[in-house]
Amino acid sequence: MRVLVLAKESERSEQPTPPTEEAMAAYQKFNAELVKSGVVLAAGRLHPSAQGKRVRFEGKTRTVLDGPFTETKEFVGGYWLWQVRSMDEALEWLKRAPFDGGTFEVREVAEHEGM
Amino acid sequence: MVGDIGTAEELAQDALVAALEQWPTSGVPAKPGAWLMGTAKHRALDLIRRRATLARKHEEIAREVERMGTTVDLDASIDEHMGDDLLGLIFMACHPVLSNDARVALTLRVLGGLTTAEIARAFLVPESTIAQRIVRAKRTLAEEHVRFEIPTGPERTARIESVLEVIYLIFNEGYAATAGEDWLRPALCEEALRLGRILAELTPTESEVFGLVALIEIQASRLPARLGPSGEPVLLIDQDRARWDRLLIRRGLAALERVERLASPLGPYALQAAIAACHARASTVAETDWRRIVALYDAFAEIARSPVVELNRAVAVGMAFGPAAGLRFVDALVAEPALREYHLLPAARGDLLRKLGRRAEARAEFERAASLTDNARERDLLKRRAAECAAG
Repeated sequence: MRVLVLAKESERSEQPTPPTEEAMAAYQKFNAELVKSGVVLAAGRLHPSAQGKRVRFEGKTRTVLDGPFTETKEFVGGYWLWQVRSMDEALEWLKRAPFDGGTFEVREVAEHEGM
Repeated sequence: MVGDIGTAEELAQDALVAALEQWPTSGVPAKPGAWLMGTAKHRALDLIRRRATLARKHEEIAREVERMGTTVDLDASIDEHMGDDLLGLIFMACHPVLSNDARVALTLRVLGGLTTAEIARAFLVPESTIAQRIVRAKRTLAEEHVRFEIPTGPERTARIESVLEVIYLIFNEGYAATAGEDWLRPALCEEALRLGRILAELTPTESEVFGLVALIEIQASRLPARLGPSGEPVLLIDQDRARWDRLLIRRGLAALERVERLASPLGPYALQAAIAACHARASTVAETDWRRIVALYDAFAEIARSPVVELNRAVAVGMAFGPAAGLRFVDALVAEPALREYHLLPAARGDLLRKLGRRAEARAEFERAASLTDNARERDLLKRRAAECAAG
């Protein structure tokens, strides 16, 4: 099964101080392990929501809104798409990640049966 | 501490061999994924500790081990070699002294972490059959004194081929299953993909490994489009390409690019992947580069000539150069003994005849094809095509 791992950030942490070299190295080591184990299908970091847009649908009208979206408490800061055998395995992996803050959300991707 | 790394590696290897022996009886760890993440590394540390305790000597070593257990350096040094150990285990599970069935069962059990019950369900055989296969496989490995090693030189090529064969067998077992009632059969495709991706990371210079990965990624991309609403098979040229998994296609094409940088000429898996890629790149059947497919089949036939490959080539000729040209090649295969009972020969012939407007002959071929297949869904499809010819 595939899971989408979403890195949730608060408005304050959306413009974080750049990670230290050690933190970066630890993250890269973890990511390399994930890749070597055939887990990572895709991954990416997102620019701050200030550079994002929203499109609101109301009947036939489309309204484009500019970021940042101050009414939102949580933002997605990055994502992983993982191939795992179970939710348990995804959690095992995620718990090993070298992060010391933040919340990560794991959601199973709804797919056609089995794949 | 550095001086002890050799010992640590040796023990890590012991732990893996122990895992191979124990898991089939004591059960694979509850979270097999964790094993790939380095559980074996911890097992090795446990083993070092246990041995040190049992011996009640070498206290210095024991202290060293304690210290090693908490330092990053040991982690890093074992990590580096974990890859080799994992690769050694893959080579062992896929050893050519074992039968295909045994290799597949052992690989899924030890590397995929599936239970015997899950493997049995996936292959639609009793659980005891799989358990026996694994026991026998272990015995064979012991009797043949198969060593835990990473082969080099000419042997390496043969051993890699054996591993690739196992992965492709697992993939096809899942891919060929058209019955959707058991989720585990498509799960075999996922297992094979994952094993292939792991192997590719472990052997970054083996072009055929990337060839196989490219092939199964691209084939798997079509899974969502392969079955119609009532579970009937949908032929490649009739598939809704919007349903193909673009992510898997992208991954497959990337793997293929890697092959093309590594190897010339392409090996059998890479050639099949290149053919699959021609379809994956085309957003419609008409856009397909059929001439390139014919050329790739020519190259493939040179290294793996078989009547089935000839038939596929003939079909591609029909698409590239017109049905009359295709029919000439298909007709040349009609006398081929190996294809006498092969339903896809009359099916292909019927298709070409229909395109040439020879409907009565086409109808007879589709009916013959329908009578030769055991797959009920496929038979329905062929009968429908026969009926379409009759309807004019």
